[in-house]
Amino acid sequence: MIRIRTWCWTVLPLALVACSAIAQEAPDAMVKRVAEDVLAQIRADKDLQSGNQAKVKLVIETKLVPNFDFLRMTSLAMGRNWRTATPEQQKQLADEFRTLLVRTYSGALANYRDNTMDYKPLRMNPGDTEAIVRTEVRRSGQAPVQIDYSMEKLPEGWKAYDVIVAGVSLVTNYRDEFNDTVKSSGIDGLIAALVKKNAAAPAAAK
Amino acid sequence: MMIARIARQRRVGVGLAAAVVLLSGCATTQSRVDPFEPWNRAMLEVNDVVDGNFVKPVAEAYVKYTPEPIRSGVSNFFGNIDDLFIGLNNVLEGNGYRAGDDFGRVLLNSTFGLGGIFDLASMMGIEKHTQDFGITFGKWGIPQGPYLFVPLFGPTTLRDGTGTAIRAYLGPTTYIFGNVPLRNSIWGVGAVDARAQALGAESMIDAAALDRYRFIRNAYLRARRYQVYDGKPPPDEDDGE
Repeated sequence: MIRIRTWCWTVLPLALVACSAIAQEAPDAMVKRVAEDVLAQIRADKDLQSGNQAKVKLVIETKLVPNFDFLRMTSLAMGRNWRTATPEQQKQLADEFRTLLVRTYSGALANYRDNTMDYKPLRMNPGDTEAIVRTEVRRSGQAPVQIDYSMEKLPEGWKAYDVIVAGVSLVTNYRDEFNDTVKSSGIDGLIAALVKKNAAAPAAAK
Repeated sequence: MMIARIARQRRVGVGLAAAVVLLSGCATTQSRVDPFEPWNRAMLEVNDVVDGNFVKPVAEAYVKYTPEPIRSGVSNFFGNIDDLFIGLNNVLEGNGYRAGDDFGRVLLNSTFGLGGIFDLASMMGIEKHTQDFGITFGKWGIPQGPYLFVPLFGPTTLRDGTGTAIRAYLGPTTYIFGNVPLRNSIWGVGAVDARAQALGAESMIDAAALDRYRFIRNAYLRARRYQVYDGKPPPDEDDGE
């Protein structure tokens, strides 16, 4: 007990310093930093472009995942069913949903190579703890696609809890699916469906 | 002739949809937007067989063996024709300013962009817009009607499908190219190009969806709603946490 406490007191100040440095970064600056970093990495690495799954997964896990709040995403995707789930079920749901999203983006990452991103000016008041960061993805010959990130300010910094692609919210689109599955086979049925989906061979890894 | 037929079909379709809604008095939202779900699901399966065996392999080979500059030239060429209709629809919606941009794009890309092969206008900052007859009809207040999945064409609604049919009827490949084999080849290349552009999104849907049918339908309907409301759709009923 005492050992743990001492450890806490040594680490805490360090952690706080690190956190405040991140927390000062505005949400739009954060999105830009992360997106440009990942795009640069894709453009520079032939393995990523050809879809080397191990490498792609590493980039997603280290660069993207830490910037998302999967628990909130899951609770939003569950809608009113979230409150009827036990804490254990909630954890399982969040874990499986996270795995599903990571796998989805692992298959798609290479597609973003030729994209350029535009960042719209952020409309936000100083004390706000919620913000929507608006971006536009451009590709030659096609209308730009609007991609918005719903962000929240947490003690450890800004995190995204929804991605809205051309008006289609990731969370809302899943809510329709989750709702139907819960209605027909219950929360455990939904967990089972997610587990099954995640266990299947990745469809996009060709 | 064709338009008349489509109009007739639409009336029949709308009548049918209304009957379905009336008969199932306590219809959920789901069946109201998608009264033909069993039929549509079957059509998705038909699509997967035909597409998976014939169309998709061609599109994949096209991407694999055609260098990127040529592919983007092809996309730009068809995109340039599209811009003409995007402009027309912006006129029909009373967006004169946007229509000006669209026609400016066509003018610039058709001339200096060598017949549309280069999208110079985008490089110069004249943005391409998203617009079609379905969106115009939606803005005029025409309801979307029942959701439909059409093999090889994908998700649509009665309203949007009617728009697509009108667009196909108006050409302009139909009359610009009198030579039938040439016109058909251009049509074919256009179809392969369109299919190739969907490859990325499609593999993502396969990876993301628990139920592919539902995922495609919901995403399609939401995206269309967003477009009809010009990016500011009214909130959903079930947006609470």
